[in-house]
Amino acid sequence: MAIWLTKDSKVIVQGMTGSEGSKHTRRMLAAGTNVVGGVNPRKAGQTVDFDGTELPVFASVADAMAETGADVTVIFVPPQFTKAAVVEAIDAAIPLAVVITEGVPVHDTASFWAYNVAQGERTRIIGPNCPGIASPGASNAGIIPADITGSGRIGLVSKSGTLTYQMMYELRDIGFSTCVGIGGDPIIGTTHIDALAAFEADPETDAIVMIGEIGGDAEERAAEFIKANVTKPVVGYIAGFTAPPGKTMGHAGAIISGSAGTAEAKQAALEAVGVKVGKTPTETAKLMREIMSGS
Amino acid sequence: MDLYEYQGRDLFERHGLPVLAGGVATTPEEARAIAERLGGRVVVKAQVKVGGRGKAGGVKLAEGPDEAVARATDILGMDIKGHTVHKVMITVTADVAEEYYFSYLLDRANRTFLCIASVAGGMDIEQVAAETPDKVVKAPIDAVKGVDEAKAREIVTAAGFPTEVADQVVEIAVGLWQAFVAEDATLVEVNPLAKNGDGRMLLLDAKISLDENAAFRHPDHEALVDQAAVDPLEQAAKAKDLNYVKLDGEVGIIGNGAGLVMSTLDVVAYAGERHGNVKPANFLDIGGGASAAVMANGLEIVLSDPAVKSVFVNVFGGITACDEVANGIIQALALLEQRGEQVTKPLVVRLDGNNAEAGRAILDSANNPLVQRVDTMDGAAERAAELAAAGV
Repeated sequence: MAIWLTKDSKVIVQGMTGSEGSKHTRRMLAAGTNVVGGVNPRKAGQTVDFDGTELPVFASVADAMAETGADVTVIFVPPQFTKAAVVEAIDAAIPLAVVITEGVPVHDTASFWAYNVAQGERTRIIGPNCPGIASPGASNAGIIPADITGSGRIGLVSKSGTLTYQMMYELRDIGFSTCVGIGGDPIIGTTHIDALAAFEADPETDAIVMIGEIGGDAEERAAEFIKANVTKPVVGYIAGFTAPPGKTMGHAGAIISGSAGTAEAKQAALEAVGVKVGKTPTETAKLMREIMSGS
Repeated sequence: MDLYEYQGRDLFERHGLPVLAGGVATTPEEARAIAERLGGRVVVKAQVKVGGRGKAGGVKLAEGPDEAVARATDILGMDIKGHTVHKVMITVTADVAEEYYFSYLLDRANRTFLCIASVAGGMDIEQVAAETPDKVVKAPIDAVKGVDEAKAREIVTAAGFPTEVADQVVEIAVGLWQAFVAEDATLVEVNPLAKNGDGRMLLLDAKISLDENAAFRHPDHEALVDQAAVDPLEQAAKAKDLNYVKLDGEVGIIGNGAGLVMSTLDVVAYAGERHGNVKPANFLDIGGGASAAVMANGLEIVLSDPAVKSVFVNVFGGITACDEVANGIIQALALLEQRGEQVTKPLVVRLDGNNAEAGRAILDSANNPLVQRVDTMDGAAERAAELAAAGV
């Protein structure tokens, strides 16, 4: 059953008719995702052909849900329009919104997050600035390559896209229940803690890999959560030990401010609660391999 | 992007907040002109993006234009904690009776904004919070509702601002919030927020950070970038739309994806511990689906850094196909040659993921003596560090 995204998930794409949206809709369909339509008010009523699959375009998320029973939306609209797209998804009370868009102003994210909370958090938001979520063999919502790994019993949660792929590749012979890229922005909808809680509760997940990076204190808080709530084995990896303070390293949220947000502090917090932290992605994979083989 | 104090003062002034009259000078003569315009006694303040300038002698009083010139001459060119002073701000003086603290900032942990207010201003707020936590109020701000007069009054009352200044502080709190939102700031900090001898409130310092993701709705923010302080390689990279950060080491790094590149820096640094302590020379993320032209631009920037002794190209093909990356590298080297660049530094290339076999085959058949292929990230980092150590 994996977490949040299963073979029964019905997926729509906001921004399906744009270049990124159409490219990735095609890839999601090829990966076996049940994509049931797209949203674009200016093209409502039209259909788009994806290698023989005709997908309808709806005027709004609410229309798309009413017509198709969609329960997941993947958002590819440009940063200027992302806030409006997410608010529309929240208003429609869709259970899961995956926001791929990079470069969303943090005031916009803070605003749609506050709005989501005010509506009672009916919508789980993943991202923004994330690669999405994949439950190998079942469904794929976002841009995570579908052919890296098959299904298995490891859960993966990561701030970084390519490190997610790297870890999936390293452990492809064991396989994953669900891989969640939560994104590298300062404010994100779904956190490490949310994913850890879901993996802990998921009967198809036996162990968890958690990938973090410099900036903020999400990893430290995740460590506290693990200590109190997670019984399954967790291995960790943190990127950015060599990053200088005050410089943004690619991701908007990846910045050491003064003495806060360092990789050392995150590693120490995780190790203090018994999480083994690998020095490199390969070493981290090796730690997980040892756990899964029972050695 | 962090602003200088004078830029913050200007920004506050544009938003109708009470600040001291002043201007910014890059030469002593400009300082004279400002001091003459302001008249009377002035303060000359070094403009550096680091704390502790007062203790370092970067803030001086001047009685009139002649002294302003002398103080500006002293301060311009001064080194404050590794920052050279290129500009001074000249303002009229304040007759400070009380010093308070007020800020709005991004609260990542709670996914919202935070207001911090204190009647104990003028000192390091973290120290105040540690020593006398009851003197610091931290109020979460709902990003949708923002700060209206009622919310501002709630904060001002909780922080214990004296009655005689409360109305003024409420007005400033609302105005400051409006500026924070209008400018897409992630931090506005006023320390001190001062009460003048005549009872008027003044914003006497400005620490402001702006969100670069919001640049598309603030064309005016571009002018706030201090081009002189930007590393020339970072400037060149930005002009080519590359995400590059200059570091101090010898191993040039090119990769795809911010997390993987950060990780690559770390792995190279660990390998460097075994090879003459070489370190990564830069962060460069060429992003997903990079073309040969992007690879060429990236290589050109990295190779133009004289400190670089070897280059590590670390790509995990997710959406990007490794055969395209391999072609990109070979074409990039040819392109650089056409541009008249002499490439002599060795490249270690690790390709994994999508179409990795095809990519490796392309590198092998190109048989370029500068390009070495190593198929694991850790192994390639080791090799790149070894080559850099040998080339130092």
